[in-house]
Amino acid sequence: MTRLSLGKWLLPVYSALALLFLMIPIAYTFVFSFNDSLKSNITWRGFTLDKWLNVCAVQNGAVCEAFGNSLLIGAVSTVLATTLGTMIAIALVRYRFKFRAGTSLLLFLPMATPEVVLGAGLAAQFLSLGVPKDMLTIILAHTMFCISFVVVTVKARVAGLDPALEEAGRDLYGSPAQVFARITFPLLLPGILAAALLSFALSFDDFIITNFNSGAVTTFPKYIYISASRGIPAEANVIASAVFILALVIVVTAQVSAAARAKRQARLG
Amino acid sequence: MATGAFADRGADLELVGIQKRFPGFTAIEHLDLVIPAGSFFALLGPSGCGKTTTLRLVAGLEDPTDGRILIGGQDVTTQKAYQRPVNTVFQSYALFPHMTVLENVAFGLRRRKITDAVAKAHEALRLVELDHLAARKPVQLSGGQQQRVALARAIVNRPALLLLDEPLGALDLKLRRQMQLELKNIQEEVGLTFLHVTHDQEEAMTMADTVAVMNKGMIEQMGSPELLYELPRTAFVANFLGQSNLFTGPVVGETSTSIAVDVAGRSIVVPKARSHRHGGDVTIGVRPEKLSLHRDLPAPDSASNVLGPGRVTDVSFTGVSTQYLVAVPGLGTLVVFEQNRSAGPIEGEGDEVWVTWNVEHGFGLDDDPAAQTEKFVADTTTQSLAAQRRADLLTELEEA
Repeated sequence: MTRLSLGKWLLPVYSALALLFLMIPIAYTFVFSFNDSLKSNITWRGFTLDKWLNVCAVQNGAVCEAFGNSLLIGAVSTVLATTLGTMIAIALVRYRFKFRAGTSLLLFLPMATPEVVLGAGLAAQFLSLGVPKDMLTIILAHTMFCISFVVVTVKARVAGLDPALEEAGRDLYGSPAQVFARITFPLLLPGILAAALLSFALSFDDFIITNFNSGAVTTFPKYIYISASRGIPAEANVIASAVFILALVIVVTAQVSAAARAKRQARLG
Repeated sequence: MATGAFADRGADLELVGIQKRFPGFTAIEHLDLVIPAGSFFALLGPSGCGKTTTLRLVAGLEDPTDGRILIGGQDVTTQKAYQRPVNTVFQSYALFPHMTVLENVAFGLRRRKITDAVAKAHEALRLVELDHLAARKPVQLSGGQQQRVALARAIVNRPALLLLDEPLGALDLKLRRQMQLELKNIQEEVGLTFLHVTHDQEEAMTMADTVAVMNKGMIEQMGSPELLYELPRTAFVANFLGQSNLFTGPVVGETSTSIAVDVAGRSIVVPKARSHRHGGDVTIGVRPEKLSLHRDLPAPDSASNVLGPGRVTDVSFTGVSTQYLVAVPGLGTLVVFEQNRSAGPIEGEGDEVWVTWNVEHGFGLDDDPAAQTEKFVADTTTQSLAAQRRADLLTELEEA
């Protein structure tokens, strides 16, 4: 009896504590986005909506510029990495070619290498090639390490795709382009989308590799890192909170609509 | 042909000197085959005999190493799968999981830009009695329904040639019978040429007009199901299509209509018309259901052959009939099927029996008995399969 009742409350309490612990920094960030701060945003000085309403006003819009840079870099690297990674994944699963095993290994390396090493290595390479560090070098670096994650994610999906489906497409008068557009791509889409989301998230919050290869360009994580020494402005809290809330809304919407779809299908079947 | 009108009738399929090699083994040695328009043709053989490869070559999913493929007299060897007037019902059905049943069926029509694709797809679904499920996704259908959708998706295109790759393999017995009948009906209704690939001899015999028995990448024998069953040409056919009792011996006597073969000291008579060879050493055989068991040595009779005495070593009751294994000294074990006309088995284990059969029921093979042992031992089917498995394993290891 005692053991049973212990089990009854232990797990919920433990889970609640774990969640709470994970939420504290986020809650702190959110609360302090409403702080009527001056230079530093460490002590509570009173509630205000100013920072939310005039988020780009501080430091001539430096926060917003950094945020915009991060969005742009994230978007471009995601598109590049997802496109290239998907093609590599299909090639690795579907075709036999020389150095296939070697290619797989090389693709795994960026995931296994410490970011500091990767960042420093890239920086050295750009320097010796005489490539000036700016937005382009960041995008190249991000695309490079995102490809590995895309390949791993999409490869699993390609391996699960019955080759007979594509053969059926060819058999039913679909040209290679039509078969890809109407059969292969739609069936791989969930994997490709997951890979794209992962790429964007990795690119958006990458600091170490970016810091090595960004030159004068500031991304959002880099901005926060630099301002941390002087005191992060509350506007940064506003952006971080907004991103969190946006992500939350997207996830909840997706879950709710998926549940509704499942319900509808269950009724139909 | 790929874009354009429907074929209004089936077309001849002609394979000329087809050879297909894969790295490590040869799937098809040398294949010549003509399938006349409008026929229901079955390629029957054990797994790995090259029948599925043949189908894939015709569909254009593989390229032959050598030889030509003609459909309706037109050489399609260099055409891609999507350019050939051929449709396939895949073994796994291969229905597109992200499309509805209707979209699946309309897929081929839309690719060929045929007007009224949706109406024609509905019509094809009505033919397989599934129109009421047109809006469903394939996962929401039962195995039998999926199979019918796969069939509708293929026949809606009115291909000159319809290929069926063991499409009934995954179904239970009752559904199989239903589908076999349905396929026959559809064929009679739309008059296509069907090429059916299966390892199930019963399926091949009930459905096809012509059956070709394939083994080790070659066709062993081709003909109507009755012909193949009654007069098998090789030991492989005799044993793959039903069961056979085979004996080998020299021809010791000959009349104008029959030969007599010495089998373990007894003279067995086979009609000349039913034997492919008439001299030297021959292999003769008889089907188990043609045999009768006797407790006493039957009176000599020129119309029947006698073997024995032998001893019953096994009795298994199968419902309609009882299967006996009879060990005859010097001959080995015979298989005998007896109809269960009375209740229960007639003979018991250990009983001494004589086996007789009507002279008219025996058959003689074309196989050279001298080459026969070698033929059974060196089963390249298994070897080629092993080679294939090995290649697969190697690539898998390379991946890891």
